[in-house]
Order: sequence, then structure tokens, then C-alpha cells
Amino acid sequence: MLSGHKSSPRTRSLARLLFAGLLCGMSFGGLMTGTAQAQAPAAMLNVSYDPTRELYKAINAAFAAEWKTKTGQTLDLKASHAGSGAQARAIIDGLKADVVTLALAPDIDAIVKQSGKIAPDWQKRLPNNSSPYLSTILFLVKKGNPKGIKDWDDLVKPGVQVITPNPKTSGGARWNYLAAWGFAQKKFGGDEVKVVEFIKALFKNAPVLDTGARGSTLTFAQRGIGDVLIAWENDAFLAFEEFGTDRFEIITPSLSILAEPPVAVVDQVVDANGNRKLAEAYLQFLYTPAAQKIIAKNYLRPIDKSAADANDLKRFKDLPLLQIDRDFGGWDQANKKHFVDGASFDQIYSPGK
Amino acid sequence: MTKSFLQRDPIQRDRDMVRESRLVERTLIALVFVILALFFFAPMLVVFVEAGRKGLLAYFTAIADPETKSAIKMTLMVATLAVPINALFGLAAAWAIARFEFPLKNLLVTLIDLPFSVSPVVVGLSFVVLFGSRGYFAPLLVQYNLQIIFAWPGLVLATTFVTFPFVARELIPLMQQQGVEDEEAALTLGACPLKMFLTVTLPNIKWGLIYGILLCNARAMGEFGAVAVVSGRIRGMTTTLPLQVEVLYGGFDLSGAFAIASILAGLALVTLIIKTVLEWRHAADLAASQRH
Repeated sequence: MLSGHKSSPRTRSLARLLFAGLLCGMSFGGLMTGTAQAQAPAAMLNVSYDPTRELYKAINAAFAAEWKTKTGQTLDLKASHAGSGAQARAIIDGLKADVVTLALAPDIDAIVKQSGKIAPDWQKRLPNNSSPYLSTILFLVKKGNPKGIKDWDDLVKPGVQVITPNPKTSGGARWNYLAAWGFAQKKFGGDEVKVVEFIKALFKNAPVLDTGARGSTLTFAQRGIGDVLIAWENDAFLAFEEFGTDRFEIITPSLSILAEPPVAVVDQVVDANGNRKLAEAYLQFLYTPAAQKIIAKNYLRPIDKSAADANDLKRFKDLPLLQIDRDFGGWDQANKKHFVDGASFDQIYSPGK
Repeated sequence: MTKSFLQRDPIQRDRDMVRESRLVERTLIALVFVILALFFFAPMLVVFVEAGRKGLLAYFTAIADPETKSAIKMTLMVATLAVPINALFGLAAAWAIARFEFPLKNLLVTLIDLPFSVSPVVVGLSFVVLFGSRGYFAPLLVQYNLQIIFAWPGLVLATTFVTFPFVARELIPLMQQQGVEDEEAALTLGACPLKMFLTVTLPNIKWGLIYGILLCNARAMGEFGAVAVVSGRIRGMTTTLPLQVEVLYGGFDLSGAFAIASILAGLALVTLIIKTVLEWRHAADLAASQRH
């Protein structure tokens, strides 16, 4: 036992240290879950697409204040932002969103079809096809517009680098793609061969396709890659403001597309956690004049202009807009023609060529 | 220097033969420093410079933001759960491998290394396939109302998987080299197995164990790929520090992103310092695992 005597004080202190560390960790873990429960009077999760971070930060603050005065209840509104398609996938796989606010209707339809977590009639439950705000697609170029980009024609010129996200993963990118397609269709009088050539030339000028709209905006504005960014109107404005108005210019093309980002309650989730009333009130709040004012302030086009600031409204240029139902036969048809595997996008785009 | 080559001291001669010329030697050393400066110190410096770009006030505002605090808490919680689990597992695995002979032992050693060779994204996706709403365990999880992925258990699980081998990798060669003599002596002198473990085994391997825990912890706090897939990025809830960096960067908040990156860089520096001290003070104890 000689060696035992010699090493035991050291060992004991080591064992004590390890034990204390373990205890510390465990109590910390307990504390965490404890506070998480105590702090959650009414928690709700909004799973949204990329360029609405700033919008929903403002909306959440306004809604929480209104809810508090109405019901006395404190709200803990959580948000998650990523590419619209990726978010839909996460919800299908079990992300417990109470409401979804995505970039385009097919992403919510995917949740309906692949998981049944949202009722099929979701788009009829709120006004304006469940789109509380509208947007469109514009160009962002460097100050002074060195490449002289005015319209979609200029994007296919040799030597112009175009930044746009990948239509396979990004909702914004699908709007971009369809706007370009619609422009070419008009330009070539519906000559499909020439339209395909046009789109092919456009994507030949795209050196990188990010997975989400915000990724593309950062590629262009932060990393300085490319000559022109095809962007959501609100993201173009945000980048314009954020990175200094002396660095970029917003260009309005002669024709664009009317983007209708939809919202829905995730039925299965709110019925399980008892949040239905809150979730429905949250989405209805988006249609109130107060929320529409916030929407206009955050560069999304309000559907109710009554309370919006005139100065905010002035920023939205009037331009001819293609419509998904009128000009592309609805999303089902547009997806089949352009974005499913083997459709037009796969045919025109081959990376690195 | 006038002596012919063969007349010179044979040891010096051998040394000269394997030695490059002075110039080559110095150039190579300088090159190493330049590469280190470019690829390690420059990015580190950029992190701190960018973090402080908008002034100290902005820096501390970013750190004090409730979302940042939540990310810090989440990172600490994930590490305090994942690291002890892996320490215990690593100890058990090293014990089994170093002390016993059993069939498929080599397979076990290979399996322990698996998390090093699998891409973390694949790890994350496989957890989604297992624990997602359409996953293999979905019915069970629904029945007991458990949420694994897109919640903290998923983060802990993914981190534990990715940091699995660190402690075991340190301890296996160390325990193999030390052999069983000390322990056998303790047993023949009448110690019970637990006492043998606490008074003989643990003191022998403690520096290796602490070293392994240190590396495990560094990786646990910095892991991005696997947790990114299972997090769901709920701000203020399921974001760890590395995820929060991405969230803020995507939100045009560059100085905020770098402020949080500076916390991670600070953690890395602390780890590096402790690691260096350990290697310096206990070089002999660590020798076996270092050689590996």
C-alpha cells in the first residue's frame, strides 16, 4: 500500500476536480432547461426565407407589443431564416414552426404534399392568396454603372458577370429566372429557341450560384464579385443602405415579375402545442395597416397602402410586372417546365461551361 | 577545414551529410514563418480588427445581445454534455482496447476513428434521417413527445458524434505503452478494482486524459457542419456560437459576426496556451500519445 499512500492525495484532488467539473456541467445543463421553461410564457416560431430578417424583427416587436396590451401575455417570438426551399425541407423533417413565411407558394405546397402538416386549402385562408406583401426583382450594380446595365438584354452581353442564386434551392432565384424568361419571350415574340439561347447566355455569365438570395447579395456586395446582382427588391434596397449608398446603384429593368411571398399556419404544430389562436392572430396582424406600414418601411410592397409613409411608397417604381398565374400558367406548370429535374434550367445550365 | 572529408570527426561528417546547406535551411525556416503568418496570424488578426472596427461600445453591444448570450449558453451547454460523455467513453474504449484481447478489436479501433473520416454534414443528415419527422425513430419520438433534431438534444448528439475519438485517440497508445504491470501490482497487493483505477490507472493517464478532453472541448465548441444541419437555426434558441456567426454575417451585421468570431478565436487561443503548457510540463507523460 506504499504507492497507494503516496499517490492518493494527488488522485483524490484530481478525482474531486473531475467530479466538481461534472457536477458543474450537470447543474448548468439543468439551469439551462429550467430557465428555458420558466422564460417561455408563449413562444412561437416563424420559419422564414432569407431576406426577411429585418422585416420580421420589426414585425415581431410590433406584434408582441400589441398582443401584450390586448391580452396581457408576454410573447417570445422566435425566427429562423434560410433559403426558402431549405426551410420547407426542415419543416418536413420536423422543425416545429408555428407559422411559415416563405418566398413562394410551391415551397408551402411541398410541406402540404410531403408531410401533411399544413392543410391543402392554406392559400384560401388569408386574403390575397395568403400573400400579405408583394415584391419584385431588380438589379443592383456598382456606383456609376460601369458596364452600362439598363435591362435584361445587357446581362447576356459578353464580359458581364451576373450574380444570381441557384433556382434549385432558392425561391428568389426562381422569380429571377422567370422574369428573365418572360422578358426574352416578349423580346423574341415567343420564339422558344431564341428564348432558351437568351437564358443560356445569361447563365453563362453567372460565375457562381449561391444557395440562397442572401448568399448572392453577400457575394456581390460584400465580396465584390460580379457586375450585376439580380435581387429581390427589398434585398437590393437593404444592401444599398447597408453597404453605403455611394457604392451601389439600383437599376429598374423595363419588365419584371410580381413576386407573391405567401404565409401559412402550420396546422399540425399549432394544434399540438395550442398555439393556433396566437399563430392565426400573428398572420392576420400582417394585413393590418400598422403592419403594412412596417412592411413598406422594410422595402416590401404593401397590399394596403393606407397607413404607409408616402416616402416609403415613393421608392417602389411602377413597372410592368409579369404574373405567375397569368403569364406562366401557375406554379405547377412553371415548375414542371423550368425547375424539376431535367426541365429547362437543367438543360441550359451546365456548371463551369 | 583543411582536413579531407574522411579525416573529419565521423559524427560531424554524418551530420553534415544529412544537413542541407545553411541557405536552404534558413530559406525553409523563413518560408514556414511566412506561411504561418499568412494562413494563421493574418486571419486571426483580421477577426480582432474587424470585431473592433465599430468601436468598443459596438463590440460589447454585440456580445451583450440576448441572441449572442443564448448562443454562448447553448455552446457551453453542448460542450458540458458532449465532453464528459466522450471522456467517459474514451476512457472505457481505451481501457478495453489496451487491456484486453477480443475478436474484432481492430474493427473497433477503426470504428472509433470513423467520425474523423466522415464529413460532418453527412453526420448531421444521418441524424435527420434517424430522428426527423419521417425518420426511423419518428413514431417513438411522437409517442413520447420528444424533439431531438432542431432542438438542443440534436446539437448535443451531433457534437458528441463528431468529437467522439479525441479522448480515446489520446489514451489508447498511452495505455498500451504503459502496460498492465502497475495495475497487476496493485491488485496483488490487495487493492479492489475501483481503488486500483483511482490510485494507479488514473494518475498514470491523467495528463493524456486532460489533453484529450482539451482537444475534444475545442472541437465541441467550434463545430459547425454537423450542428448546422440539425439546428434549424432558431435564433436565440438553437444557435451555437459558430452558427450565430453565420446568422449575423447573413444579416449584414459584419462587426457583430466578427465580435462573436473573436470569442471563438479567444477560446482557440486559450486552448492553444493550455495545450502548450501541458506539452511543456508533462512532455514525458504525453510522449506515447504524441508519437502516435
